[in-house]
Amino acid sequence: MIRFENVTKVLGRKTVLDNVSFEVGEGETFVIVGLSGAGKSVTLKHMIRLMMPDSGDIVIDGEVINHLGRRALQEVRSKFGVLFQSAALLQWMTVFENVALPLREHLRLPEEEIQQRVNERLEMLNLLDAAGKFPADISGGMQKRAGLARAIIMNPKIVLYDEPTSGLDPVTSRRIDDMIVDMRERLGITSVVVTHDLHSALAIGTRIMMLHQGRIVENAPPEAFIRSSDETVQSFLESQYITKKGKWEELIHE
Amino acid sequence: MNYPVRSAERVGGKVLQLLHNAGHALVMLLEATLYIRLAFGNRSRRETVTQMYVTGIKSLAVITVVALFTGMILALQTGLELRRYGQEVYIGSAVAVSMIREMGPFMTGLIIAASVGSAIAAQIGTMVVSEEISALEVMSINPNRFLVMPRLFALAVMMPILAVYTNILGILGGAVVGSTQLGVSVQSYMDNATQFATNKDLYVGLFKAFVFGIIITTVSCHQGFMTREGAVGVGKATRRSVILSFLTILVVGYMITRLFYI
Repeated sequence: MIRFENVTKVLGRKTVLDNVSFEVGEGETFVIVGLSGAGKSVTLKHMIRLMMPDSGDIVIDGEVINHLGRRALQEVRSKFGVLFQSAALLQWMTVFENVALPLREHLRLPEEEIQQRVNERLEMLNLLDAAGKFPADISGGMQKRAGLARAIIMNPKIVLYDEPTSGLDPVTSRRIDDMIVDMRERLGITSVVVTHDLHSALAIGTRIMMLHQGRIVENAPPEAFIRSSDETVQSFLESQYITKKGKWEELIHE
Repeated sequence: MNYPVRSAERVGGKVLQLLHNAGHALVMLLEATLYIRLAFGNRSRRETVTQMYVTGIKSLAVITVVALFTGMILALQTGLELRRYGQEVYIGSAVAVSMIREMGPFMTGLIIAASVGSAIAAQIGTMVVSEEISALEVMSINPNRFLVMPRLFALAVMMPILAVYTNILGILGGAVVGSTQLGVSVQSYMDNATQFATNKDLYVGLFKAFVFGIIITTVSCHQGFMTREGAVGVGKATRRSVILSFLTILVVGYMITRLFYI
């Protein structure tokens, strides 16, 4: 579904992605973890061509997207919904208007149908009460949920989550995690999640890839990931109090 | 590498960057112009009307004060000189011609660049920083159609209207000074004003205002889109948009005057 083939990206003097290759299959929840500046968000931006690789190919559904024209790129992007780190809601629009925006821009639907589809999504994400509020008047967690409602309003095949739990309290973070799992189970959506919260990664991921200094140091299912022999992975796990023998092993085996 | 070569490289790099930015701004302007026909379509109507309101109505208070005092200052300065020759009755023509040809569009341009243009740069800059522009792109919503076009339409339409308003208030301001400070009756002031100002003056003035509207939108939107480095970047973009708009308005204003009057 998504394939990176020997992708390299240099920003300034820093090689942010260094000959990176990996593949995300349909229906997966693929989690990219790593320290700040490891290249996680850059990887995500390449998937929707908000950034272009210096070398290598990015393939979406069998199509190399590096040099697509505007129309073809629009078609590729229509397969994606993106939840940005800051939720990226338009500040002068209400939550309802933000979620309705892609429908109003791309489909000529009667207003009643727009209302129905938006309300459906808002209800699913427990946001109906906030429909008439502006982004500045709702909490960070609600903003993320509103961003997610907008990301999935066009029924995308793939949803990209850039740090979905950053800046949120632990309870809200777990609620967002549940939502991501719910998206996969209820809507069959393929998800790519960028995070440095390993607890979240292990809870929601079907596969976890760790980037370090622009290179992939591990790419494995959660149970194999926590047993990785790679030192960087181990030190990353330990930094978040996750050990091979602990509750995570039990949870994964449940 | 020796110093002259390094300096030449640096200058060359700056020039290339400048040309690249100018090209980028021009492409943005052309694309927004192509979408102008959609200004009152279902998707853009609300934003277009909002921008027209922000540019036109919300700027009225400051324009009123500036225009009145510009006319008053013009009348006072020229009137004091003309009084030495007993010709103070000519302040009507001096104020009217100055306002209609130059001061009206120019003052309006400066005010709109400082108030509306800076707000545009700050808003778009903030949208860049908070990833709202990226979100628009991912949703396949063209930012040039969604954000630039309504602002371009609003400023291109409202600037000439505001310039006419500035002209009228400036001339009225002159009349007030003429009648209260210089002993020129309102009737003779107005007679003199209408006698010397021509239709050409009015058309050229309106054309200038129209061009200034396009300049302010292009510079402000482009500076907004170029924003980097978070809140500091938004501040820089806002400052640059005002400075660049002022300079471009001055240079282009001179060129239009030269084109039509020499």
